[in-house]
Amino acid sequence: MAIEKFPIEAGHVMMFARAIGDGNKIYYDEAHAKKTEAGTIVAPPTFVQASAQFDPDYFLRPKIGQPWFGSGKEPTGLKPDASQDFDISRGLHAEQRYEYHRYPKVGDVLTATVKPGKTWEKEGRRSGKLKFSETITEYRDQKGELVVTATSVGVVTERAVEQK
Amino acid sequence: MALKASQLKVGDTHKERIVEDLKRTQIVQYAGASGDYNPVHTDEIFATKVAGYPSTFAHGMLTMGMTGKMLTNYVGDARLTKYGVRFTSQVWPGETLDAMATVKEIRQEGGQHYVDLEVSTVNEKGAEVLHGYATAKIDP
Repeated sequence: MAIEKFPIEAGHVMMFARAIGDGNKIYYDEAHAKKTEAGTIVAPPTFVQASAQFDPDYFLRPKIGQPWFGSGKEPTGLKPDASQDFDISRGLHAEQRYEYHRYPKVGDVLTATVKPGKTWEKEGRRSGKLKFSETITEYRDQKGELVVTATSVGVVTERAVEQK
Repeated sequence: MALKASQLKVGDTHKERIVEDLKRTQIVQYAGASGDYNPVHTDEIFATKVAGYPSTFAHGMLTMGMTGKMLTNYVGDARLTKYGVRFTSQVWPGETLDAMATVKEIRQEGGQHYVDLEVSTVNEKGAEVLHGYATAKIDP
């Protein structure tokens, strides 16, 4: 997976900030942002996750004209994506780490490249065998300079996590 | 607004309620903004009948995003250099979450002051749902 163009847009940043319940004016008010140390509208710390919107192949977004595995009136019985080698309903996000080389801001146009990291297995108490896999995404700016390094660890459980 | 090394000490804490009675609509909002439309988060029929969960549940990244709000309120805008978490428990609609940062170390590197924080978010039952760390640039 790679993202050729991830423009950091003001409306997108505003919607993302609203979704995480963050009313900080630096995320939507340009006049206010100009008076801050950053001097401009910046993106919230976890915003680069929304680069999924700009990944043409992102498998957790319904695609026009293609079947979608979420339910209508009833479950569809469809698999999310035949190319995925795991059952998405068993996939969970285990860890996420960000390193900010500089802070992303509105007007940046980033690219993202993804490389696989480590994989490992563990026996879970509440969900059977756990398969962990790491992916590392590097976000670079227009000049090719590294802006954010994101490391994500996903886990696929053998069965739904039992609730305590 | 940024923190000052001279006014911080190890063990200082900052705590915020980041969400009260988490609404399913907020989870939908997060799906729309982030682009993660995995139906386990927004589609009750899929979450219960297909995936076998008691209900839909929040994206881990929503909890990390809301916890990030507590961090940026504390350290100031565009000051973080690192932020990482483990999702230790799923977050369900209706939960109320409190996020806390604890100062672990105040240090200097190449003339720049930094604070290292431990980060923890718990639900209304006291169960930890997120545990992690953050580092921010601070003023002298």
